[in-house]
This record gives sequence, C-alpha cells and structure tokens, in this order.
Amino acid sequence: MKILIVDDEKDVELLFRQKFRKEVKSGVLELAFAFSGEEALKVLDSEHPPKVVYVFSDINMPGMSGLELLNQVKSHFPEIQVSMISAYGDSQNYEKAMQSGAKEFFTKPIDFESLKVEVNKLIESQK
Amino acid sequence: MNLGVILLILLFYLRRPMGPIEVSAEWKRIINGGMIAAFVLWAFSNSGIPIISQVALFLNFGLGALIVYLTLRNPELQHRKGMIYAWLPLMGLIVIQEFLELISPSFFNSIEVYHSTATFFAIVWAVVMWINNTKQRKALEQERLKTLQKEREYKVTEALKAQLEKQVQERTKEITQKKNELEKALQELKSAQDQLIHSEKMASLGELTAGIAHEIQNPLNFVNNFSEVSAELIDEAKEELDSGNQEDAKEILEDLKANLQKILHHGKRADSIVKGMLLHSRSNSGQKEKSDINALTDEYLRLSYHGLRAKDKSFTADFKIELDENVEPVEIVPGDIGRVLLNLINNGFYAADEKKKELEKAGQTDFMPTVWVKTQKIQNGVKITVRDNGNGIPDEIKSKIFQPFFTTKPTGKGTGLGLSMSYDIITNGHGGDLKVKSKPGEFTEFEIIIPQTTKS
Ligand SMILES: [Mg+2]
Repeated sequence: MKILIVDDEKDVELLFRQKFRKEVKSGVLELAFAFSGEEALKVLDSEHPPKVVYVFSDINMPGMSGLELLNQVKSHFPEIQVSMISAYGDSQNYEKAMQSGAKEFFTKPIDFESLKVEVNKLIESQK
Repeated sequence: MNLGVILLILLFYLRRPMGPIEVSAEWKRIINGGMIAAFVLWAFSNSGIPIISQVALFLNFGLGALIVYLTLRNPELQHRKGMIYAWLPLMGLIVIQEFLELISPSFFNSIEVYHSTATFFAIVWAVVMWINNTKQRKALEQERLKTLQKEREYKVTEALKAQLEKQVQERTKEITQKKNELEKALQELKSAQDQLIHSEKMASLGELTAGIAHEIQNPLNFVNNFSEVSAELIDEAKEELDSGNQEDAKEILEDLKANLQKILHHGKRADSIVKGMLLHSRSNSGQKEKSDINALTDEYLRLSYHGLRAKDKSFTADFKIELDENVEPVEIVPGDIGRVLLNLINNGFYAADEKKKELEKAGQTDFMPTVWVKTQKIQNGVKITVRDNGNGIPDEIKSKIFQPFFTTKPTGKGTGLGLSMSYDIITNGHGGDLKVKSKPGEFTEFEIIIPQTTKS
C-alpha cells in the first residue's frame, strides 16, 4: 500500500522513513515523497491508475498550497484519501480542509501515535 | 515828516520778528514802553503849548538817539541795523530842521533849498535801503520757513520712528509667540512620529507573529519527533546487540547520530527565529554585528511568506531565492536589516497578490504571484534584490514612495512609514543605498546595497 507525503521541509522524508521503518521493512507500507504541491500532482499523474491511496499533505508550501492540492486531488483522483498536516491549528484552515473533503487534520508537531492509528486503519481496510 | 512818527515806525519794526530772529519778551516790554513814550512825546510836541512842546521835541530827539544807539550797539537788536541806516539821514535832517526852526528860523529859510534837496536824497536813500532790507528780510524769512519745515519734518520722522519701533516690538512679540507655537507643534509632531514609528514596528511585529508561530512549529516538529524516534532506535539497537547483529546495530547508531544532528539543526533554527523576533521588537536600533546576510535574507523571506499565509488563507504565492555563496559576513544591525527585508518582501507579495486578484476579476486565473529574492556579492559589500511580478509603480509615484506617510494601500492597511523607515535604515543606518526599478504592469524591483565597511 502506497502513501504520499507532501511537505516543503525535506527532513520530513527522513523522519517518516524512521517512524514507519518497521511497516516499510515488512512491506505493508510504501512511502513516496513530494516537496511541493506541483511535484505531488506529477507523482500521482505518473501512474495510471495511481498506486498511491492516501496523501498526507502540508498546507503551507511555496507555490501551490496544501489546500489547493487537496482540491486538485479530489477533482482528479476522487478515490484517493487526503489528510492535512499543518503548523496552522486554527479553525479556519481546519474547516476549509474539511469542506474540501479532507479526511483528517493533523497539527505540527506531528503526533505520530494518532498518525499511526490512521495509517493502521488504512492498512486494515486494504487487507 | 515828523520825527515822532519815524520813531513809532522804528519801534514797531524793532518789536516785530525778522525772519527766524525774534527779540526777547523783555525787549518787547522795553520797546512797548518806548512806543508809548514816543506817542506821548509826539502828541505833546505837536500840541503847540509853549515850552512843553519844545521840551517834548528835545526829549523826542533824546529818544531817537537812544533807539539808534541801542539798535546799533545791542547784540539783540543789531539785526535791525539796516533799518536804522535807512532812516538815519532823514532823522538827522528832521532834527537839524526842527532845531534850526527853533533857534534861528531866518537861517533855516536861507538854507531851506539845500535842506529840501538833502531831504529828497535822504528819502531816496531810505527807500533804496528799505527795498534792500526787505530783500534781506525775505531771505531770512525764507530761511526761517525752511528751518521750520525741517523741524516739522524732523518731528514727523521722529513720530514715524516711534511708531515703527512700536510696530517692530509688536511684530517681534507676535513672531516670538508664533515661534513658540511652532516649536510646540514640532515637538508634538516629533512625539507623534515616534509613536507612529513604534506602531509601525508593532504592526510589522504583528504580521510576523503568525509567521513566527508557524516557523517555530516546523523545527519543533523535527526536534520532538526525531527525539522520540531516536529513543525507539536505541531500543532497536539494544535488541540487535542482544541478538548479536553488530552490523545492524552500528547502522542504527549511524542513524541516531544523523538524528541528533537534525535535532541540533532544527533547535538552532527555532532559536534564531526567536532571536529574530526579539531583535525585531527591540524599540531602538541595536548593535552592529557581523552577520550572515544569506541566512538573514532566507529567514525573513520565510517569515514574510508564512506570516502572510497565516493571515490570509486564500493567499497563494511562490517565491524563489537565489543566494550567492561568496557573500561575506557584513557589519549590520540584524534587526533593522531584517525589518527592511520583511517590509520589502511583504510589499512584494502584497503587490503580486493584488495583481492576481485583479486578473481573477477579469477571468484570468493562471497568474502566479511570485517574489524573487537574490543576494549578490559586489565590490566592498552586498546587494540584495527583492523583485515581484505585481503591477509595478507608476513613474509619477516612484519619487514619492520613500516619503514618510506615503502609501498606496487602503486606509488601515499600511502606516506609510515602512519604506521611509527602510530607506532611513539603509542609508543613514548603514551608509548604503536603496533603489527602486519598476515597469508598470510587469514588475517592481528593490535593490539594497550595504557596504562592507560602513562609515558610522
Ligand atoms: Mg510547510
């Protein structure tokens, strides 16, 4: 099962790889990374149908914002689930994301406990 | 001709002023007495009463002699000398005639022809002298009038002078008062300006806070999670060691080392953001210190971008940063330069975003508001360029943008002090230069030049 993590902070890759190292090792999870909204859309567009089933996206990025990416993904790949990860914990961002069809809204610093719960739910559902 | 009448005429004229010359009041009294005496003597000498009229006649001679003597000898009456000379021959002839008629009328009859001729010449003399005297008198009179005129003019001048002095005093008082009022107004303006500058700083700090909050959450995310995952890695490493997998354990330790470096890096990042915020809020210019222009530029670009993002959710923009690695550390007040960068970058984003909104109204949605920030090593210093693809600055406004309180933003959105403060910081604070280039409809580019060695 492949998930895509989108964030303009490059160290996110190292962090996620370590946090999900067991899942990746065991082969239940495959991680892909993109460092901008535009790059994320390219990744999704590179495979038809995309193998990615879930996108975790940062909101605040140069160029296309996470909320715009959410809208794009929802219109082009409605079957892919999207959750937001943002340093903005305010209700305005939250509501906007939810209205646009985001599944969950995580705040930075990321609580990997709850993130893992979400990923595990996903793994369960894919079985 | 009668001697009495002549004496009265003489006395009458002696009493009158001649041009500017006037006899004293005392002399006037004496002359008055003389006139009364002359009149009385004249009356008696013509009375025909024997003895008395003769005595009066002789007294009249005496009076005449006295008048002639006094007029010729007394300094106060000498101005009438001419008149005496005019009348003297006639008076002499009258005295001779009357004297002879009294003692020897027959002798007088024998010389009457000569006497009459002499009288005729004496009268001619008197007339000529009189005309001459009149001329002199008129000249004197004129002189007197001139003197009077001058005196009057002098008085007028004095009055004018006094009036002028009064006016000058009043004006001086008015001006002093105005000056005091102006000084007070200036003082008030200065304190208002200080307050505005303070509120400008606070406003930009407000803009910063959202960006700062966001910027701190990101490094914090790494600090927290790399620490957490490192603890997990230590457990894993133990497990690997227990099961004798030395190689795997070593690999995990390498990862751990990398994680600790990441933690340190992001910890420092958070630290510099907080320091930047403190510098920014500092009310007065701080100390100059050798600073990394590239790091500062990068930091403030991010602060600006995230600040705007945090404030306005619909805000979408892109930025490109190009840092010249050859830029050497420069002596600057980091908080001040940061403020300038923040101001210019915010303006750039604002301008580009405005253009985007305009184009969207016209149905054009493919415009990406972008800000380019670039550092460049130049001879003896560094150049920082901030460029946006907004609507640019019309030429007629370009010269005004560095003036205090000039703003094109809607009321309440800008204090109009940002650019003037920036200009002041760069030129006066750092001996550098702040220039603007723009093509209306296409771009605006600010160029900051900071010399390596600042003068102050
Ligand atoms: Mg981000």
